[in-house]
Amino acid sequence: MLEFLKQPWPWYIAGPLIGLTVPALLLLGNKSFGISSSLRHICASCIPAKIPFFQYNWKKEVWNLFFVAGILLGGIIGATLLSNPNPVVVNPALVEELAGYGITNYNNLVPEDIMNWHSLFTVKGFFLMVVGGVLVGFGTRYAGGCTSGHAIMGLSNLQWPSLVATVCFMIGGFIMANLILPYILSL
Amino acid sequence: MDYKDTNLEKRTQDAMCVNESRLEHKWYHNIKYIIVGTLFGIIFVKSEVISWFRIQEMFRLQSFHMYGIIGSAVLVGLLSVWLIKRFHIKTIYGEPISISPKKFNKGQIYGGLIFGFGWAITGACPGPLYAQIGTGATVIIVTLLSAIAGTWLYGYLKERLPH
Repeated sequence: MLEFLKQPWPWYIAGPLIGLTVPALLLLGNKSFGISSSLRHICASCIPAKIPFFQYNWKKEVWNLFFVAGILLGGIIGATLLSNPNPVVVNPALVEELAGYGITNYNNLVPEDIMNWHSLFTVKGFFLMVVGGVLVGFGTRYAGGCTSGHAIMGLSNLQWPSLVATVCFMIGGFIMANLILPYILSL
Repeated sequence: MDYKDTNLEKRTQDAMCVNESRLEHKWYHNIKYIIVGTLFGIIFVKSEVISWFRIQEMFRLQSFHMYGIIGSAVLVGLLSVWLIKRFHIKTIYGEPISISPKKFNKGQIYGGLIFGFGWAITGACPGPLYAQIGTGATVIIVTLLSAIAGTWLYGYLKERLPH
């Protein structure tokens, strides 16, 4: 059983389980699934700086911080007790492309060749981790949600603005991955 | 746009994750959210959703994996929300379940594109950032702090941005 769990889980197992988070949070306390809001609650609790956007009772949203703390804990368990000893298997075309940028280490889910403490202080690392992170935080809040809040929760509730947001997430991702990221990875 | 100065108003204006509950509980009631989050994080790791490589595959149309995950998650979510509404299912505290509708604004387009850029660079949405740190990729703490900074920057510039 444990050996079975240690294998990478196929999409038709993982997808429905992720979908079940929606009713789980609704049934446990009338909470709408969303993760990027946790970033806002962290701002509101630590660095509100009198900005109206961060003036609200974040303590009422503390469940969301417990939820993301759980995700971190899940990451630890997934990478230790249930860890898969084999490298991530991806499309050979991608392997070939990434090898051209010197990315050959597939032992971790995060590409160690380009995302590590040493590379953080290079131009490439700065773009990948700092600029990328800022875009994630700025964009999700500007859009009012991320993959969980819009693509999963919003679409589950048939909200058309969430469909607009999801389509834009994908368009942005396609443009970046295919047209811009190759230049960043070549730095 | 003018906002009424109430908490709910501020929370709904642009946050998807609205806490509809009016009930007050002791802090330890939040432990159940840690448990759901932990299960969720394990699924993230084991399905490789949080892998930068998987996200690159998705945006190059080289694998069905991520599309299968998001698609089946939405189907299960749709069915669950429909059942909850159809049968007026209540929470474990007996409170009626309500989900606030999402109002359209141009932020969903501009912000959506900007997040898409960031998603393809970092290979992570906000949720996976937490899980990646958990897997031992400590440098992702920097990406998470940058995302918090990005959120703060949005709050700071909000009134000057087109919505």
